[in-house]
Amino acid sequence: MTLDARLVVTRTAFTLDIALQVAPGEVVALLGPNGAGKTTALRALAGLARMSGGEISLGGRPLHTLPAESRPIGMVFQDYLLFPHLSALDNVAFGPRCQGVPKAEARRTAAGLLDRVGLAGRAAAKPRQLSGGQAQRVALARALAVQPELLLLDEPLAALDAHTRLEIRSQLRRHLSDFDGATVLVTHDPLDAMVLADRLIVIEHGAIVQQGAPAEVARHPRTDYVARLVGLNLYRGVADGTQVKVGEVLLHTSAHLDGPAFVAFPPAAVALYRTRPDGSPRNLWQARIEGIERHGDNVRVHLDGPITAFADITPAALADLDLTPGQQIWASVKATETHAYPA
Amino acid sequence: MLVVPALAGLTFLVLPLAGLLIRAPWATLPQRLAEPHVLEALRLSLVTATVATALCLLLGVPLAWLLARAEFPGQRLVRALVTVPLVLPPVVGGVALLLVLGRRGLVGQWLEASFGITLPFTTAGVILAEAFVAMPFLVISVEGALRGADQRFEEAAATLGASRWTVFRRVTLPMVMPGVVAGAVLCWARALGEFGATITFAGNFPGTTRTMPLAVYLALETEPEAAIVLSLVLLAVSVVILASLRDRWVSAP
Repeated sequence: MTLDARLVVTRTAFTLDIALQVAPGEVVALLGPNGAGKTTALRALAGLARMSGGEISLGGRPLHTLPAESRPIGMVFQDYLLFPHLSALDNVAFGPRCQGVPKAEARRTAAGLLDRVGLAGRAAAKPRQLSGGQAQRVALARALAVQPELLLLDEPLAALDAHTRLEIRSQLRRHLSDFDGATVLVTHDPLDAMVLADRLIVIEHGAIVQQGAPAEVARHPRTDYVARLVGLNLYRGVADGTQVKVGEVLLHTSAHLDGPAFVAFPPAAVALYRTRPDGSPRNLWQARIEGIERHGDNVRVHLDGPITAFADITPAALADLDLTPGQQIWASVKATETHAYPA
Repeated sequence: MLVVPALAGLTFLVLPLAGLLIRAPWATLPQRLAEPHVLEALRLSLVTATVATALCLLLGVPLAWLLARAEFPGQRLVRALVTVPLVLPPVVGGVALLLVLGRRGLVGQWLEASFGITLPFTTAGVILAEAFVAMPFLVISVEGALRGADQRFEEAAATLGASRWTVFRRVTLPMVMPGVVAGAVLCWARALGEFGATITFAGNFPGTTRTMPLAVYLALETEPEAAIVLSLVLLAVSVVILASLRDRWVSAP
């Protein structure tokens, strides 16, 4: 059942207008900053947000004309929304019961699903007795119990602590690859999106700004938001052969291009010098240090100047260079470490 | 400065109850309680208050749902109207019921002509009078609980294929159950103590409409000790209800 949708939701001072196709078995992640409209898009697919235009079809059948309870969907909510008065088992059995399955059979189905997510022993527990990771898995089992053709997940891992998240993420990935319907998941975490999704759709200000396979998006960011997510310095300029003119700066790259182009390079590729280096690397510019912060095991230096950039250096290098904010410094990046692609 | 009036206020509230306990004919209490007309009044009170509460639940919970969930023109007016019986003198309520449901009343006339049903001065009339006065307690309590309940659970139920009725029955109602129970208990207590509307609309006939409060009032003129005994029973019921709801009231903001 291929999902084919154009979602238009108008709110005061905000319009969401996106089109998306999701093939059966495919997992598409809607990625974007807070307030971009990701959750609104998901709620529109579920029938919980009123659309002001567009249409949704699943396997050729229109979906947007149906109320939420008649759509063949399963949804996992950000804070799971497990019914507090029902046991884990009855939460999972709730959907089948609504579809008219007899109680005993619904419970058998539910027990099977709880077993699949590794919670057979917690069937009798009430939601408040479950840990975050367990509640997440019950929520997934509950959504799968209705045998949906479209699975919707809203920030499925956002409420978990870092350790649980790692474990649940890999389990979720396994369950999603077992699921043969279309899956749309919403996240603001690039790692969740990269691990879980076959394709990313990046939404900013209610519109799609980029989409593609995770590796493709990670290598070729097209907006500052995406570049920041994947940890690259990104510039838009005009290419002429192996040179890209970004503002006043001419960046040498290894690719041959013409016309509007992006140049990207990782912060670790930026080298810093107190004085103008000899031998003159080809991409050299004078910058001012805006700020210095810890970044994992390294130090991230924020550079201002003709182009703004992040540079990652080791703490030892920081000590050697004796850098302080406000200082003028030389920055360089090798042409071979840059990556240029058409805009 | 505030302690003296505060203590005076406390005394004012507690002293009459203490008086009731002090003057109670403890020695003859068991046989007085066993007297047929006492038992009759007690039974009638319990039955009518319980049926009135059931009636309030049947009508009041959907009404509370409408006030809390639906949006319609004149909603504020409806909400105000629902609470009128709270502040209306019960006697006035009884008169109003008589005017509408009495044998010459707007609806009563039609009921009698079409179905042969007469409500005033019957046990059913007692139940109606009690329900009229007590229903706002239930509606307000349930509406508050509904407003406090997280509606996203209802959305989650809808995505699982639950119809609106199923959502209400299996998700909304269980989640607001504490509010429903508290409202029902208050409603029941109010119905149990109902006097003004009952005596006006249903009269004071032993066995059919003479509930405990009516019996207390009547006994006071002829047999004060019996009145004390009956009052003690009502006091005991109040204390039990208060105790069962204490946690809820104490924890309320």
